[in-house]
Amino acid sequence: MRHYSDLEYLQLSKGRKFGYRLASFFTGIPKAIWGFIKKIGLWFKNAGLAIGREAKDIVTTFRDGDWKTKLSYLVMGFGCLARGQILRGILFLLFELVFIFYMVFWGAHWLSLLPSLGHIGPHEEYNAVLDSYTTTYGDNSFKILLYGVLTIFFIIAFIYTWRVNVRQNKIAEGILKSGKKLKSGRDDLRSLVDDQFHKTLLALPTLGILVFTVLPIVFMILVAFTNYDGAHDGYISNLFSWVGLENFNTMLSWTGGGGVNYAATFGEILGWTLIWAFFATFTNYFLGMLVAMAINKKGIRLKKMWRTILVMTIAIPQFISLLYVSKLFAKNGIVNGILLDLGWIRQAIDFWGTTNHNGLLPRVMVILINIWIGIPYLMLIATGILMNIPADLYESAKIDGASGWKQYTKITLPYMLFITGPYLLTSFTGNMNNFNVIYLLTGGGPTNAAASGAAGSVGYTDLLITWLFKITQGAESKYYLASVVGILVFIVIAVISLIVYNVLPSVKNEEDFQ
Amino acid sequence: MMTKDTSMKKHMGMRAANAISNTVIHIVLAVIAVIWLLPFVFIVLQSFRVENTWQVGYVIPKQWGFANYKNLLYDATKGWFGTPFAKWYLNTFITALVTAVLQTVFVLCMSYTLSRFRFKMRKALMQFMLILGMFPGMLTMIILYRVLKDLGLTQENAVPGLILVYVASSGMGYYVSKGFFDTIPKSLDEAARIDGANRAQVLWKIILPLAKPIVIYTVLTAFMAPWGDFVFARYISFGSQAGMNVAVGMWNWLQLDQIGQKYTMFCAGGVVVAIPVVILFLCLQRYYVEGVTGGAVKG
Repeated sequence: MRHYSDLEYLQLSKGRKFGYRLASFFTGIPKAIWGFIKKIGLWFKNAGLAIGREAKDIVTTFRDGDWKTKLSYLVMGFGCLARGQILRGILFLLFELVFIFYMVFWGAHWLSLLPSLGHIGPHEEYNAVLDSYTTTYGDNSFKILLYGVLTIFFIIAFIYTWRVNVRQNKIAEGILKSGKKLKSGRDDLRSLVDDQFHKTLLALPTLGILVFTVLPIVFMILVAFTNYDGAHDGYISNLFSWVGLENFNTMLSWTGGGGVNYAATFGEILGWTLIWAFFATFTNYFLGMLVAMAINKKGIRLKKMWRTILVMTIAIPQFISLLYVSKLFAKNGIVNGILLDLGWIRQAIDFWGTTNHNGLLPRVMVILINIWIGIPYLMLIATGILMNIPADLYESAKIDGASGWKQYTKITLPYMLFITGPYLLTSFTGNMNNFNVIYLLTGGGPTNAAASGAAGSVGYTDLLITWLFKITQGAESKYYLASVVGILVFIVIAVISLIVYNVLPSVKNEEDFQ
Repeated sequence: MMTKDTSMKKHMGMRAANAISNTVIHIVLAVIAVIWLLPFVFIVLQSFRVENTWQVGYVIPKQWGFANYKNLLYDATKGWFGTPFAKWYLNTFITALVTAVLQTVFVLCMSYTLSRFRFKMRKALMQFMLILGMFPGMLTMIILYRVLKDLGLTQENAVPGLILVYVASSGMGYYVSKGFFDTIPKSLDEAARIDGANRAQVLWKIILPLAKPIVIYTVLTAFMAPWGDFVFARYISFGSQAGMNVAVGMWNWLQLDQIGQKYTMFCAGGVVVAIPVVILFLCLQRYYVEGVTGGAVKG
């Protein structure tokens, strides 16, 4: 493709400008992906170099250090204690003791079982007292995996702390050599509300994220490589074990899952998820902007009232409005009742496809109802931004004789797009994972007969996220498949975000005020 | 050159066109207002319908009464407030209240730190949280449910478990308030530091009083979220009536086996749930608007 310079670009006709932008967006994708791969490579290179530097530093610190430093390699915090930094020393030593204690009594046990996820499942054992066979439970795969991961986390934390301990010695030696005084325990405590205040503030939130988000995510990623499901729950029904890439094979091949075509099912749901996210994002965006502009227009009365009516609907918990609207459009619901009374229709319309199992109308309905849900938010956001557009831009446009439409396409829209670009991306990915709207409106239905063999009773309006939820429900609950779906959702979202981040800015800059 | 006459005509024409377009917009806005309000008018009307409890195709009740509201709160054997709905309401209220307080602390700690401090792992932390946010949060529910079950924080004890789940990871939602903190000039901090305040004092005495709008915004959104949360609450309460929140409990009312008896009660329940939240929201609307618009602009 020919690349135009800025000046050449400005001279192009409107249609060719658009075509050029479109073409450069798509030709930019391979470059963005390549750039990303290079970035990953660079990251690994830097990480490797950093580890090398650290290792070298550890060795030289040991070689050059005094005996206090050398002993600290074995007894953490010894150097601090010997140099009078009691508080630090005690903390280091305590951490080491806790770590050793944990590893000896529990950690080693969990780690040793991690490769097999347990040997002895639930089995019948002879009970002499009852003189009969009773079920006895053995290992617990779930706990082995969970505590195994936790132990690995703990080991990483220990290595990091040990490294800090070594560095502390080096720093302390340097400070003493230059004749300065070391920080006392009181100084350390005081710094926690002053120059180390960020550590105090971040401690709880990051710990929470680590335990309640990172640990579960690592765990669930690992589950994708096991056969953890209702029939292998790891303790009561059966142990589960590692199966390698089998689950990905099931999900992504045409005949992988015992004759069920999961690839087609996944492809169809992904397709609908993307269509849904596209319409849900952009219909709300443009209609919300339109409503905001209408309310803001000069000469419109009762601005506050219109705004309050819309804003009020935000406050009503979504589950009420969504569930109620879903029943409103039911076959025996009010909408059909009124239409029948008016004589506009002869038969109740099957809005949710419950009897005719046609996916099109329900899909249109969820998009329309999502507009109803979403416009108030977008109206609020757009109002805030529209008010920030400098009024003199419009004044000068008017003097130049620009029509209302022209003002919109040349001033309002570029300004909005420029400011809300990142918001559009997050709202797109948010809509891909918009569980509530779909699940509360249709429950994912109507049932898609073509995908009847797949786990989780797939419906026409199911998004990947609602499908994931359905897979985990019921006695079968194939957690491993849900986990695979989750990983694939992550990959899709990550790829979209990467492309947009890497390609969009160039497109966007061209749309800046020229 | 335009003569005075034609320019006058043009002016008049424009004014007429403007008047017409304004009238059209007024009509459109009125239609929009009706569409947006009608379902809520319906739900209120149907909550007063007492001639039957199932779903019907008409709006205006044939018999009016408060029976649905009474059934929500009055149990024949346990008396007033002995119903499951009263329990769900209390559960949700407690969850919302505690979550609002704790989540605000978490979010403010995270956002203030990321806005004001420049430390080694700052960029990495932000990127890491961005990537974490791309994982569907629902996936973590499977394991959190089993861990919380081992701790005894599910089913009838779902409230503390749910609070824990809501609050623990809430630091990841720092974007909006970080954007707000970014707009407070740094020179304020520096001036206070020169006067001898330490960083904690700067936060308490200088920044927090200025950050009132964003604090209220955070409290408000944190308080409102538990009223609408369905999927996590359903996972953790897992079929136990005593541990459900209003969303889970009332969702059950609209399933095939119960909708015949509970449809009008759902409407009444919806009104009872919505009214306090809406009133609170309308009172604090200004702060919400500020937060939402600021957050979107910052991205």
